[in-house]
Amino acid sequence: MLGDFFVRALLAGIGLAVVAGPLGCFIVWRRLAYFGETIAHSALLGVAFSVLANLDLMVGIFAAASIVVLLVHVLDSQELMPVDSLLGLLAHGSLAIGLVILSFFPSLRIDLHGLLFGNILAVSKQDLLVIWLGGAAAIAVLWCIWRPLVAATIDEELAKVSGMKPERTKLIFGILLAAVVAAAIKIVGVLLIVALLIIPAVTMKPFSVNPESMAARASVMGILVVVGGLFLSSRADTPTGPSIVVIALFVFAMTRIGMKLFQVANHGKR
Amino acid sequence: MRQDTGTEHNQLVSATDIGVSRGGRWIFRHVDLQVSKGDLVSIFGANGAGKTTCLKAVLGLIDCDEGKVWRVPKLVVGYVPQRLAVNPTLPFTVRRMVNLVGHFSDTEVDATLKAVGLGRLGDPQISTLSGGEFQRLLLARALIHNPDLLVLDEPSQGVDVAGSDVLMELINGIRKKLNCGVLMVSHDLKVAIDIASDVVVLVPHEHDDPASSQPFPPQEHPGDTAVPAF
Repeated sequence: MLGDFFVRALLAGIGLAVVAGPLGCFIVWRRLAYFGETIAHSALLGVAFSVLANLDLMVGIFAAASIVVLLVHVLDSQELMPVDSLLGLLAHGSLAIGLVILSFFPSLRIDLHGLLFGNILAVSKQDLLVIWLGGAAAIAVLWCIWRPLVAATIDEELAKVSGMKPERTKLIFGILLAAVVAAAIKIVGVLLIVALLIIPAVTMKPFSVNPESMAARASVMGILVVVGGLFLSSRADTPTGPSIVVIALFVFAMTRIGMKLFQVANHGKR
Repeated sequence: MRQDTGTEHNQLVSATDIGVSRGGRWIFRHVDLQVSKGDLVSIFGANGAGKTTCLKAVLGLIDCDEGKVWRVPKLVVGYVPQRLAVNPTLPFTVRRMVNLVGHFSDTEVDATLKAVGLGRLGDPQISTLSGGEFQRLLLARALIHNPDLLVLDEPSQGVDVAGSDVLMELINGIRKKLNCGVLMVSHDLKVAIDIASDVVVLVPHEHDDPASSQPFPPQEHPGDTAVPAF
């Protein structure tokens, strides 16, 4: 069964969506969308790392993204510049360095389009293993840091006074995000991974009473839109990442229209 | 450690000649304060006098650039921050907020919510609370830990005058009941004087030459110092 490229892509996408749900919620709660974009941009530097050190693509991307997370962590605490400027510098700096390095290898055939937008054909059995083992590890780590991360999301100083270490918790969260970006490169691609993180979380917000239910619902919606997007991609021969994001957007719009209609109907009854 | 302070046994926290500077400018300096069990110490001053910074320095949230802060080992602090902008996309209920740090039983949560006057609120989303209700909720969150030291940063901000009086009575009642120390930032002198056992007055720092590394002795700049008012 795993011999079929579509089944492999499906299983990899489901593994990715499960982890992306809760992480995406924290991106929304903590207003980290640009931080997510920065990590995603560093993926092309990761591709260069893979080429230079002859590493697996996902390992190279995880390494580059982790370095960027560490740089944000260290430089942000120095208060040299506003955080969005720092993120812009690192996002585009890492992207540019990556592209310059890759230009030294003109004979290298890199499927840039696939890296940016995902390629359903690209998931190997080994990728699948890495995504599922890595995903299980990521969920385990997230489980351990969940309460301190929620507390730091409410207020970092409150968490610190209560004896927690919000700085360390945030760093671990950043590394988890780096892992998700690395795992996502073949499914949705680097340009659209933040959409897969954010859209399910935002869509499920009105239906959730606590952080855990929102995270779980975001995971479920992530799985559904990845499966839907992959089917669309294979039937209509559309690019994988954009297909997934289009489905996610469609679900988002439907829920909002549904909520509005429900409101109007209820109002009419009174 | 205790002997170092050379003061009474019940002391919870003590700051000696502390100061914090940012970008070559002193936000405040030469501040001394002590809080013991049952004390209510108020930090009073105009906007920009460095009240919140001083509070954070005493709590250890920021490092002092001069002076020393001593805290009794294993001090349990109940911190009520000035403003807490919870992102409205984060679904969070009242009871969950009380349980933010630690795991407390329903009975304990009920009792604490009742103690701050939120007993009949139920368990709504925190985004639906009024300013006064939210302030009480933050107080409940701090109280459930049975703190040795309750630290409040402008607790009555965003609460109307009548509500503010009630809140102050509540805080004073808690202090008497738990016999905990209270350290409170306030810009309302009436509040500061009415119930405080000690008031630390911070005055904006204007005279120091930012380029000068020579600390001025406090008596040369009486306006710069923290003056125990009582």
